[in-house]
Amino acid sequence: MTALATNPLTLHTTAEDHRIARMSAVALGLTVLENAIPSPLPGVKPGLSNIVTLIVLARYGWRVAAWVSLLRVVAGSLLFGNFLTPGFFLSLSGALCSLLVLACAQRLPARWFGAVSHSVYAAFAHIAGQMIVVYLWLIPHSGILYLVPIFATAALVFGTVNGLIAARYIEGTSP
Amino acid sequence: MSLLRYIKLGDVLTLVFASAGVVVLTLTFWNGALADKVVIRSGGKIFREVSLSQDQEIAVTGPLGVSIIVIQKRKVRIASDPSPRQYCVRQGWLQQAGEVALCLPNQISVELVGSKKQYDSLSY
Repeated sequence: MTALATNPLTLHTTAEDHRIARMSAVALGLTVLENAIPSPLPGVKPGLSNIVTLIVLARYGWRVAAWVSLLRVVAGSLLFGNFLTPGFFLSLSGALCSLLVLACAQRLPARWFGAVSHSVYAAFAHIAGQMIVVYLWLIPHSGILYLVPIFATAALVFGTVNGLIAARYIEGTSP
Repeated sequence: MSLLRYIKLGDVLTLVFASAGVVVLTLTFWNGALADKVVIRSGGKIFREVSLSQDQEIAVTGPLGVSIIVIQKRKVRIASDPSPRQYCVRQGWLQQAGEVALCLPNQISVELVGSKKQYDSLSY
């Protein structure tokens, strides 16, 4: 009671909360940066913020990675003003699918499979999640299947590149 | 310094697997719907339906003048058109079912269609 009266606005945060906030901010910065890059086709984006997700996954585990990824989606949509629009749900479905696949992929033996594998699997899960939402909700027309090879190629290329960048940071900073 | 040293053996496996997946997806979605017929429209009405298998040149007259449509090696393009911006000519060769070239000013369109009718009167 007295504590409330004297200091009503104190939120008790842990070191993990700070870590999540810091990493989400970095991911958000990369999202903003990425939006400045022109894209040849709507939906084909490098997904730079996923580099952060991969590093967090390797360093702090899946739970923190999920927090960072989902916070980035929500905060990013607020920043760009598309919260609860179709674009937001596309990001969300992509992020959720990626996280589900990452939960499985991180159980692969670390000796053989590194961030590159995680990144590629997550990138494919991302487009799969998005295509499902697009097909079931936005454009229920088989014509969008024509775009699948383009998205898949982008996922392969950007997934590999992001994975390599993440691997470099993971290796460079591991204790 | 090379980034390649971050690729582990399993990652190579993943990349091979993913590349194969991309190839399979491309073959499935891009080659599955090869066109076999051209529908040429003029002023909204079907002018002619032509098979892609025969190389030929077709002249269609629209409000602005004559457009030349060329069929060659199972591909089609609008070779010349009197429209001012030449969008349909610059579109080049069309190959896939569903591809369309529109010359709006001259009211002419070329559309590729695949073999949608899976059943003919014999198999019905």
